[in-house]
Parts: sequence; structure tokens; C-alpha cells
Amino acid sequence: MGSITLKNVRKAFGDVEVIPGVDLNINEGEFVVFVGPSGCGKSTLLRLIAGLEDVTSGTIEIDGSDVTDAGPAKRGLAMVFQSYALYPHMSVKKNIAFPLKMAKMPEAEQEKRVAHAAKILNLDSYLERKPGQLSGGQRQRVAIGRAIVREPAAFLFDEPLSNLDAALRVNMRVEISELHNNLKTTMIYVTHDQVEAMTMADKIVVLRAGHVEQVGSPMELYAKPANKFVAGFIGSPNMNFIEGEGAAKHGAHTIGVRPEHWSLSTSEGEFPGTVGVAEHLGSDTFLHIDLDNGTHVIARAEGEFAVHHGDRIFLTPQEGRIYKFGKDGLAA
Amino acid sequence: MATRQTQSLAKLMRAPAIILLLIWMIVPLGMTLYYSFLNYNLLNPASTSWAGFFNYKYFYTDPAFWESIWNTLVLVLGVLLITVVGGILIAILIDKPIFGQGIVRILVISPFFVMPPVAALIWKNMIMHPSYGVFADIAKFFGMQPVDWFAQYPLFSIILIVAWQWLPFATLILLTALQSLDGEQMEAAEMDGAPALQRFIYLTLPHMARAITVVVLIQTIFLLGVYAEILVTTNGGPGNASTNLTYLIYRAARLNFDIGGAAAGGIIAVVLANIVAFFLMRAVGKNLD
Repeated sequence: MGSITLKNVRKAFGDVEVIPGVDLNINEGEFVVFVGPSGCGKSTLLRLIAGLEDVTSGTIEIDGSDVTDAGPAKRGLAMVFQSYALYPHMSVKKNIAFPLKMAKMPEAEQEKRVAHAAKILNLDSYLERKPGQLSGGQRQRVAIGRAIVREPAAFLFDEPLSNLDAALRVNMRVEISELHNNLKTTMIYVTHDQVEAMTMADKIVVLRAGHVEQVGSPMELYAKPANKFVAGFIGSPNMNFIEGEGAAKHGAHTIGVRPEHWSLSTSEGEFPGTVGVAEHLGSDTFLHIDLDNGTHVIARAEGEFAVHHGDRIFLTPQEGRIYKFGKDGLAA
Repeated sequence: MATRQTQSLAKLMRAPAIILLLIWMIVPLGMTLYYSFLNYNLLNPASTSWAGFFNYKYFYTDPAFWESIWNTLVLVLGVLLITVVGGILIAILIDKPIFGQGIVRILVISPFFVMPPVAALIWKNMIMHPSYGVFADIAKFFGMQPVDWFAQYPLFSIILIVAWQWLPFATLILLTALQSLDGEQMEAAEMDGAPALQRFIYLTLPHMARAITVVVLIQTIFLLGVYAEILVTTNGGPGNASTNLTYLIYRAARLNFDIGGAAAGGIIAVVLANIVAFFLMRAVGKNLD
């Protein structure tokens, strides 16, 4: 239960084509993350799968049966919204039980499932409260609870962590990953945060302007980005791109070097430059460097690296860690 | 210290307005109370005398009294029912984006701008008239006997007219409530397998509860005093079939020139309004906090 196939799915709002045609296979039990900059169509794609938007053309299949024209309720999917979309006048218990009540499940079975979900999500002591009396993280858990009681074919998450503060976000990230390991249900997760994508996904789908730029495991995308866009999007801080003479020496139109793949030296190296701001994080030091050829790059040094604003520095890309791109932006 | 000075200064500054409002309220109420204990008839204003509770007894034993209270309640509840149910339906209807939405909304709201006597006269002469009203034409078109609305269903006719006037108010308040309903909640309910009717019952109605409360409270205050519509259409008749408490008081004061009796009726009306308000606040007021 829980494989989803998109075949040439197109979506246009009037004359504006948001998704020009997407083919995608999501296997049973996979944790798939749709990632891309805002406005890339990732949320629209999720809503198409959910059935909240109608496709303009193409087909969507869940477990091999065509659900393109089926309503959202008929698809057996559960969704967690960015705003959580809890029902404000119902208690946590009633919120979680709502989909079961709509499915006309017997009371006893409802109670059992709600209790089970509450236990998984640590909501036992909040069951009688209203959503308004809960913190952001608790609301998030109620929304997830409402999704899991239905035992859906797949979970859809629409930027579920973007309203939480940084510390809580890291916690919930781990909790959702843990949940996936326990339930082994297909999950589709939309985010603009590449860190969430890298840490949680089995498979990342990178989208830009409605196009699928690349599909692959986090490490595949990190190690073998298909083009400059994916290379720049995956990894933090972003990959540095150098064009012109420096790139020509390596036989490419553009070369990309990740901040963690520079060898730093204060005496000699391939690219000389001047140190700008240095961000000392303790475990790492991020150096903002203006190269003499006019490019601004970021380099990571492990631990403390004793340079100061205005010092001269020399950068050399590590052997075999150079990404080469042709004029069209594709990996060469 | 400075705060306390500011506070007493603020009290001093507020005082004139509050005193003025108090006088505005207390003086008429006091005078009504005073008159209600007098034998005071405008046909013979020179000979006024102390009446004790006679006016109250007289008003209370009037055969029209209980009927008028019953009519008042029927009128208020009838209009509330029509305006709240109709208001919700119209609000849902015009909440959907349609061509000419702005104009439609203005047209829906426009009955509220028509003065009550004018509206009632239009209904009486152009819509409900048994020989040249619109309803009569419709009845004749289907080959039926036209209904003489004000003779056969006097109270219902008045309820219809008043409901028509208050429907826009209810619609407007309920529409704004409807527009503040979160779209993602509706989508979540859709994903949860709730069909349209269930979404309405479990999401839309609870969301609108507060707005409905406001509509019920405000309308009740105004509907207890409906008068103009009765005056220009049925004159409270036939018999006392469409006489409410307000109209009964009017009749005592203006047709019988009995100031004392009318004042006693007024005091009874004030007491009744407070009883209604008390129960209303207990019943629906919890939605307001």
C-alpha cells in the first residue's frame, strides 16, 4: 500500500503554467521530499497528489489505480498542513477522532485509535484541551495525530515545520523521521529547507519552476548534482561557482567547489584572495573570501582558523572534489 | 500619585457625558413610572389624580394583553428564525466568487436602507394586496384564489415584512464571519473525508456561532419594539391578531388618550424586555467570551 505514480502531470491556472509536465515514481514506504525555492510548484504538486487541485492533464495513480478524477477523501491520503488547520472549537481528542467519525467507525474503535495515536505522539495529557491552548509543537503533533489515525496509504506534509522555532524544528524533524521508521508508510514532504530535505529523505525531488531538476538520494544529489541549480541548492553553505580563466584551467565553463572542499593556506595556492568576514562557530569557521579574480566565495575550515579581516589567503580545491559544468549549466 | 491624579481627572472629564446620558435615560423612565401611577387622560387633563396600581391592573386585565405578549414573542422568534436561517444561506451563496459580485452584494443589503413604514407600505400595496399585488398576480397565474394576506395571516404577513427588512443585516454580519473561515481547515476536513454538509455542520456553523449570537441579540432588542410596520398595515387587527405589546401601548396612549395606562404598559414592557434579555444572555451569551 502506498506507491504513487505521476504520469506527465500538468497544471495551469488560466494561462499560467505552474507545472509543465512531471513524471514521478514514489515507491511504497519511501520518504520523499519535494524541495525547491518558493514558487517552484512543489506545494501545487503536493495538492495535486492530495486531490485538492485538479490536474490540467496527465494521470495520477495510487497503488496502481487511477485516482486522477477521485476526490481528496477517496484517495486514502492524509495531509498535515503548514498552518496545522486544526478545528479550533474541538478538543484535541475530537480533532484526532474527526476523520474516524467521518468514516463512521464504531466509538470503541475510535477511542482505541485515538489513544494509540496520543501515546505515539505524547499527547495523552492534552486530549481534553482546545487547539488554542496548545503550543506550536503540540499543535503540530495533533495535526500529525489526526493524520495517522486513519492509517492512510501515504502522508503528505506541506512545509509542516516552517512555523516552529529553530530548536523545535530540529526536534520535530527527528520525531517525524522516527515516525516514518515506525510506521513504514509512504511520506511526501514539501519544504524549501534543504537541510530538512537532506536529513529526512530517502529520495529528494528537486524542483524549479515546475520542472523536476533531479531525483535521487540525498548523497547522490550531494555527490553527483545533475546541473548547476541542484549543485547550488543542495549543501550548506551553498556551493561556490568560479567562471572564466580559473574554470578554463580545469577544462570547464564553470567549476563548483563546496565550502568544505577547499584547502586553505596563508602562503600559497591556486586562488589568491582576501579574507572578509569570518564566522567562528567553534566547531567550524566559515570564511567569506573575495578572490582576486572578483568572485566571492565561502570556505569552511574545521575548528579554529586564525585569520583576520583583510588577511591574504590562498585557496586550492581538493583533488577530485571539483564539479565541472558546461555552458548550459549541465554537469560535464 | 501621578496616576491617581490622572485617574480622578479622567473621572471628572468623563462626568458630564455620563451625567447627560444618565439624565437622558432616568428622566423619561422616571416620568413614565410617575405617570403610570396617575389617573391621567388627555381628554380630561385638568383632573389628574393618584391611581395607585389601578393602571397596572387595568392594563394587565385587558383581554388584549396576553395576546399581545404572545404576538410579540411569535414576531420576535419568527423573524429571528427567518433572518438567521435565510442569512446563513444567502451569506454562503454570495460568498462564492461570481460575476458582478459587488453589485449583487449591494442589492442584497439594500432593503436595510428602506425606512420601515415605506417598506411596509410597499409590501402592503404592491406585493401583498389581494387584487393588484405581485403575490395575487402569481396566484392568478396558477389559477388560484389570491390570498388576502393581512386579513387571513396578519401576524405572518408582518413577520414576513420585518424579516425582509432584517435579512440584510443578518446576511452582512454572517458573511463577514464566513469570510474569516480558514480555507486550510476546510481542505483538511475534505481530506478527512467530510462531505459538504458535514463540513458545514462541524466547521462552518461553530465558526459562525459568535456572529449568530450577535445577530440574535441585536435583532431581539429592535424586534421587541416593532411598531411602524403594524401601524401602516394591519393597525393591530383583525381584532388583536397582529397587536404586539408596543402597539398595545400606542393604542392606549394615542387612541384612548390614556397616558396613565400607556405608561403602566411601558413599564411592563421594560420589565419584560429585561426578562427576555436575561434569558437570552444566559442562553447565547456564552458564545461571546
